[in-house]
Amino acid sequence: MKHTLSVLVENKPGVLTRVASLFARRGFNIDSLAVGTTEDPTISRMTIVVSADETALEQITKQLYKLINVLKVQDLDPEEMIDRELVLYKVSAAPERRHEIIEIANVFRAKIVDVGRASLTIEATGTGDKLAAMEDLLRAYGIKELARTGKIALARGSRDA
Amino acid sequence: MKMTGAQAMVRLLQKEGVEVVFGYPGGVVLPLFDALYEAEGIRVILTRHEQGATHAADAYARVTGKPGVVIVTSGPGAANTVTGIANAYMDSVPIVVITGQVATHVLGTDAFQETDITGITIPITKHNYLVDDPADIPSIMAEAFHIASTGRPGPVLIDLPVDVSRGEIDFTYPERVNLPGYKPTVKGHAKQVHQAAALIAKARKPLLYVGGGVLSSNGAKELKELAELMQLPVVTTLMGKGAFPEDHHLFVGMPGMHGGKFTNYAITETDLLLGVGVRFDDRVTGKLATFASKAKVVHVDVDPAEIGKNRPVDVPIVGDARAVISAITAELRKMNAEPRTDAWMHVIDDWRARYPFHYHTSETAIMPQYVVERVRELTKGRPTVFTTEVGQNQMWACQYLRITEPRTWVSSGGLGTMGFGLPAAIGAQLGRPDHLVIDIAGDGSIQMNSQELATAAINKLPVKVVILNNGYLGMVRQWQELFYEHRYSSSTLPQDCPDFVKLAEAYGCFGIRATTPAELDDALVAAFAYDGPAIVDVRVEREENVFPMVAPGGSIDEMLGGIPGGPVSEMLDEELFEEVWE
Repeated sequence: MKHTLSVLVENKPGVLTRVASLFARRGFNIDSLAVGTTEDPTISRMTIVVSADETALEQITKQLYKLINVLKVQDLDPEEMIDRELVLYKVSAAPERRHEIIEIANVFRAKIVDVGRASLTIEATGTGDKLAAMEDLLRAYGIKELARTGKIALARGSRDA
Repeated sequence: MKMTGAQAMVRLLQKEGVEVVFGYPGGVVLPLFDALYEAEGIRVILTRHEQGATHAADAYARVTGKPGVVIVTSGPGAANTVTGIANAYMDSVPIVVITGQVATHVLGTDAFQETDITGITIPITKHNYLVDDPADIPSIMAEAFHIASTGRPGPVLIDLPVDVSRGEIDFTYPERVNLPGYKPTVKGHAKQVHQAAALIAKARKPLLYVGGGVLSSNGAKELKELAELMQLPVVTTLMGKGAFPEDHHLFVGMPGMHGGKFTNYAITETDLLLGVGVRFDDRVTGKLATFASKAKVVHVDVDPAEIGKNRPVDVPIVGDARAVISAITAELRKMNAEPRTDAWMHVIDDWRARYPFHYHTSETAIMPQYVVERVRELTKGRPTVFTTEVGQNQMWACQYLRITEPRTWVSSGGLGTMGFGLPAAIGAQLGRPDHLVIDIAGDGSIQMNSQELATAAINKLPVKVVILNNGYLGMVRQWQELFYEHRYSSSTLPQDCPDFVKLAEAYGCFGIRATTPAELDDALVAAFAYDGPAIVDVRVEREENVFPMVAPGGSIDEMLGGIPGGPVSEMLDEELFEEVWE
């Protein structure tokens, strides 16, 4: 089962290595990982998606807490979180087909951020499901290149104290 | 006050109460060694290898309870500490390792003697630091000692570039450490403590399973109080030896692969396993599915990640072993709980009498077990610290010595590091100058750090090395005999190469050899009486095996060798138990 961990860490050199190497040496697989600073510049948030059963997840959480630079580990409830990914698609687009592609982008509220002679680059954000659906449609035109950020997430405001 | 980073390091070592530093100098760590040159109150022990320094610091920490300190240079110096750091990490020993590093402006350029030691040691340290500003030295040093010695203890490494140690700082003592991500739990949760006590009060076959955590927390006295109050039998792991006196009537031996049959039977049969400061290591549990399978499990550990890691637990208690044991005892007193283990102890005593450790004695050959027994008898009444190497020597030491005091047993548990025993003896002797320190060694292991004989000789540290010389890597040979059809691949060592007596003499130590049982006592007595380091080269029966033994992956009550006895289901006379119970 997939879990989205939101991990607050001290913003210090080497912390990403410590976290990543912990997952590797304990045999836990990372599906995606995204890091950035938070509202407090001394603290970073890592959003880590892992596939793990409950026992493994408990072990991952406890091992993360053993790292001195880790401040908080939260397993986000999928029903109670907002999660987003950002993807850039460079799609083959002969001039006569551009219109169709732009239409697809519009349906998914994505943006065209670059236009070339034979390609369009689309910026899309959303949940994994939405992006997968869009990618499926775009594949028919030929995706030349793709870059994605990995998931970031926050617990919903209703869960705040 | 203005001073260099290196001078600040020394001031901070003094403030931490460090009396002994183990080390080896080299290019980029020279500013620090220079500051140590006339440092008051700090004795620098120059070992002959950085691995020796690290093991010595590890043993010093184990016998004193204070963090051991190592200072070495960059590159190969730092890399040579890796095995010692891994050893301390696996056995949860507080050491602080300070490594020199190339200057910050050449870091990352593959400079001469540069190695990424913080990168290398991430998996084997509790935490590590690369210092890039001399101003950070005071807080980093304070944090390092705090992290190493609190919670679940462990090694911390500080990598100190040469320009940082030369840089100037305006020195002030750090008032307190500020580690928002590090807050070890000491006190056990009251509700769980109560649950544990309630289970103890009504258990019919309880068993305390005790490990190194009790020693780390200095909880031996509290453990004895609890055991005696409720008459609970106690097994101690290899790491827990000394946490409970081995001559006590409630002591039921060491569990696991080469533990007592009676011990493993007790674990298999117990209905309440009270694990304290243990980690359900595979060498203890054997096949997990059958380990203490009839028992409810209470697990007390300061490291939450150990609880439930290998074995599901009924009552988890995160906390310091000593604090939690005291709380459980207090709770039992409050409940007016009474001991009710008569019938259970009767069963265990019967097993202990029927399945003791056993070997065939010989008139002509020296049996290795006999050597350990003679060492035990000849040191009776004399405060002694035992260290061991790793392999058969270590297992026989476990089976035949009687450790009765905390922190007088120093053995490489988790990592199983050959070459640990001699440098460990050196560290132990520095920590306990008034004790006799004996390394029970094998002819293989001793050669992995025998250069440290020079350290012992030069520093007048009268450690005694008793080599059970069988001309084999004995444990490897035993496995090859049992599981690889006697194919002794790469496990034979000539018994007389080196000549250990001459080796001792080459270093200015005392060397003596025993080749027959009749010569043994005289050789041991002469070595123990000698005012300086000594080696006793004991030529033992070459192909003796350590028994009993749990086959790898097997259930611990099904043991090979030793006195015949089947699995515990065939061993327990339920009727007799019920009779005594009534």
